[in-house]
Amino acid sequence: MKTSIERQKNIIDFALSSLLRRKRKNAGLLVVYTLLVFALASVIFFSYAIKKEASIILQGSPEMIVQRTIAGRHDLIPVSYIDRIQKIRGVSSVKRRLWGYYYDPVVGANYTLIVPENFDAGVGNISIGEGVSRTRLVFEGDTMEFRTYDGKIIELTIKNILSSESEIISSDLLMISEADFRRLFGTPEDYAVDLTLSVRNPRELSTIAGKISEMMPDTRPILRDEILRTYDSVFNWRGGILVIILSGALLAFVIFAWDKASGLSLDERREIGILKAIGWETSDIIQMKFWEGIAISLTSFCSGIIFAYIHVFFTDAFLFEPVLKGWSVLYPHFKLVPFIDASQISTLFFLSVVPYTVATIIPSWRAATVDPDSVMR
Amino acid sequence: MRKSTFFLSFISIGLLLIVAMFIHASFKTKSEVQSLMRKCEMVKRLRLTDLCLFSEASYTRHLSQAALDTAFQDHPACLEHFPSGSLLGPPPMIRRLNENIY
Repeated sequence: MKTSIERQKNIIDFALSSLLRRKRKNAGLLVVYTLLVFALASVIFFSYAIKKEASIILQGSPEMIVQRTIAGRHDLIPVSYIDRIQKIRGVSSVKRRLWGYYYDPVVGANYTLIVPENFDAGVGNISIGEGVSRTRLVFEGDTMEFRTYDGKIIELTIKNILSSESEIISSDLLMISEADFRRLFGTPEDYAVDLTLSVRNPRELSTIAGKISEMMPDTRPILRDEILRTYDSVFNWRGGILVIILSGALLAFVIFAWDKASGLSLDERREIGILKAIGWETSDIIQMKFWEGIAISLTSFCSGIIFAYIHVFFTDAFLFEPVLKGWSVLYPHFKLVPFIDASQISTLFFLSVVPYTVATIIPSWRAATVDPDSVMR
Repeated sequence: MRKSTFFLSFISIGLLLIVAMFIHASFKTKSEVQSLMRKCEMVKRLRLTDLCLFSEASYTRHLSQAALDTAFQDHPACLEHFPSGSLLGPPPMIRRLNENIY
């Protein structure tokens, strides 16, 4: 046993010396390989963590939302619809919801205005999200000016700033009283933006949604399951830019492995010939090449994974920020909870380490089985 | 030190760091449970429907509430022009709709 370990260590020594003889080429290889694993792992960690967090947080969203659509667009819904929906068997409560967007020309940001059911701050006051405070440079006690639908200016006092912990859901929120909301947007008293529903038996949700669509064909019911599914598909591996990053990285890896597998350099072939000539067995050469492959791929794999973890969960995925931010002025600062899964790491391992190691062994095995004399010539 | 000893120690440290990463993730997830519950409670209290990820356009801010044609709301041939639109896959609903049409 001891002899066998010592023998492997000797082979590793030789394999590492062989790698060091081609220092520049292998250092370049190591950097590219590490970057590849880093990019793939960062995308996988980020998308999984955000999907998982959305699935937990949004469990609290309404069971069903009923919107009214006119000419294919979301429109205000008459409050009288509440009574009609309330009569459907299985519906336990229907509430109106008032919310909307306000474009702030001072900073060029869009805010989400929402009227909470019980707004403690009262008329003339607002609570704002951390992102609004940061972007607009306003704090507790300050006032913010808003331009109403008829061109008048109203001033609202900031009573409270929502905690930074909840930025992922509240960064651009502005909580406002119903009276101020209606004064700002001119929403008539007998209209709401949409309705939220709760039902007695969640299994009846789709039946109730069907009945609503039948009774009021101008409405569009949205179920909580659909909300959750939306976030599952947003960062799905098939979606948009993720597939571009993944396919780009995978194609780079295929080219890289193909280059390795398609043949050895003249120096490497000569090295194998000399080793064979001085008495190395084919199996020894394959083992040496195996360790060479492992040295490059495992080092890149470990470094890439660790850097990706630090990038996503310690530096808030700062490299992805420009992509996610797009043209938005107001961007939430949030720390993702590190939801990671062993299957993610094993998938990355089988996608990166295994094919590279195999790709290194095959051409060496081919060269090692040829007559040393012809290889050295 | 022999090169092999250095290499094996380096790889062992790397693998140990990956194990440490899982331990850290597990502790961190447990310690964040309360925070996640508070956020869930806030979503319930304010009846929110979406994460605040892309505030550049109304339909990207509230992805689950956007109408099916929002990307084309300016005119029927209008192409999606907000960068976050390239991050999103079409909702399954639209795929089903297309299946019905064609």
